[in-house]
Amino acid sequence: MPVINMDDLTDKDKALMAVNQLKTEIKLERWLTSKCCEEIKAYIQAGEEEDILFKGIAEDKNPFKEKGGCVIF
Amino acid sequence: MAADKAEMDVLKKECDGLRTQIEAARKGVNDGNMSSAAGSATDVGRVQLKLRKSLKGHLAKIYSMHWASDSRSMVSASQDGKLLVWDTHTGNKLVAVPLKSAWVMSVAFAPSGNLVASGGLDNMCTVYNIKAASPKTLRELDAHTGYLSCCRFLSDTEIMTASGDTTCCLWDLETGKQKIIFTNHIGDCMSLALSPDENTFISGACDSLAKLWDLREGTCKQTFSGHTSDINAIQFFPNGNAFVTGSDDCSCKMYDLRSDQEVITYQDASLNAGVTSLTLSNSGRLIFAGYDDFNCHIWDSLKGEKVGVLSGHDNRVSCTGVPADGMGVCTGSWDSFLKLWN
Repeated sequence: MPVINMDDLTDKDKALMAVNQLKTEIKLERWLTSKCCEEIKAYIQAGEEEDILFKGIAEDKNPFKEKGGCVIF
Repeated sequence: MAADKAEMDVLKKECDGLRTQIEAARKGVNDGNMSSAAGSATDVGRVQLKLRKSLKGHLAKIYSMHWASDSRSMVSASQDGKLLVWDTHTGNKLVAVPLKSAWVMSVAFAPSGNLVASGGLDNMCTVYNIKAASPKTLRELDAHTGYLSCCRFLSDTEIMTASGDTTCCLWDLETGKQKIIFTNHIGDCMSLALSPDENTFISGACDSLAKLWDLREGTCKQTFSGHTSDINAIQFFPNGNAFVTGSDDCSCKMYDLRSDQEVITYQDASLNAGVTSLTLSNSGRLIFAGYDDFNCHIWDSLKGEKVGVLSGHDNRVSCTGVPADGMGVCTGSWDSFLKLWN
């Protein structure tokens, strides 16, 4: 695989690269943003109950809790 | 010379025309952003996480950290010239890897837990076997012509790198050679993230653009604009259909892949510091973004509101990460400490 060093590309090479990239991107079939946002919201709401950072965690189940404290004999 | 200039003008005009068409196509499908969809969602309220552990051990600025797949081990990199592997449940250091070059900018844990990789101003990505009796250099990946800003393992045999030379690269660890070079950014690449299915990846760069790439074909599929300065951090939304970016323009943005555009911006007039790093909680509801203002601010990804802050570092927060089990969030700072919160 040849190494493409950006410094070796001429301005024209870079401009051609930009044009070709845009020609590729223009073909994309785009979805409605409302539908996409609804899907994101649905995904979040489905996972919220199990999301510890969102819901919190019981002290005795917390793996990061500082150990130690007093032992009373 | 005149012919060259004329050619360039034609190409520039073609670019402008294509960009206008793409913007029109995006506008055409923009029938509502995240705020409108989020209207009916419950409020997050105030998120108050507690500091559970402060991990002390590095002697200089921490630049990067990465959780292991076991959600328990974590590796951090500091310009004190060391990588430290921690057991975050006990706070103990498990392994110390001395670096040939102290100017480290990125560190990664392999999914297997056997290897870690790091790199920075040495322009290289060095891979270490940390399961050996003492850490052993497995490979030195040397071909980038600029600093290594980010690295991520696909497996013990493949790794992705992002570089200040504006390219990203897929390497074969068995041969130590480049498999695919991803060229299209016109500014330093600062960050990359692998999609959950590992067929694609996203990159953020100093050209203020984020790009989606086909990992196997080597092609750039989509380009996302909107930021007005360097993108320093990028992470996929957990379902792989959207991603979040953090920038020197002091904002974070969520971009949706299928509608090919930005759907919400996370910014606050009182926040005038660049975003250095970001990570998401497991459901995707919370975004933890590290800023130059020494804090990690917490955003409600749906409603775009700031809902909390992790304060405690005495210098810039340079890296953040949530482990796979979502149990907590880790912040790393130039103050040389790592902190665990939940």
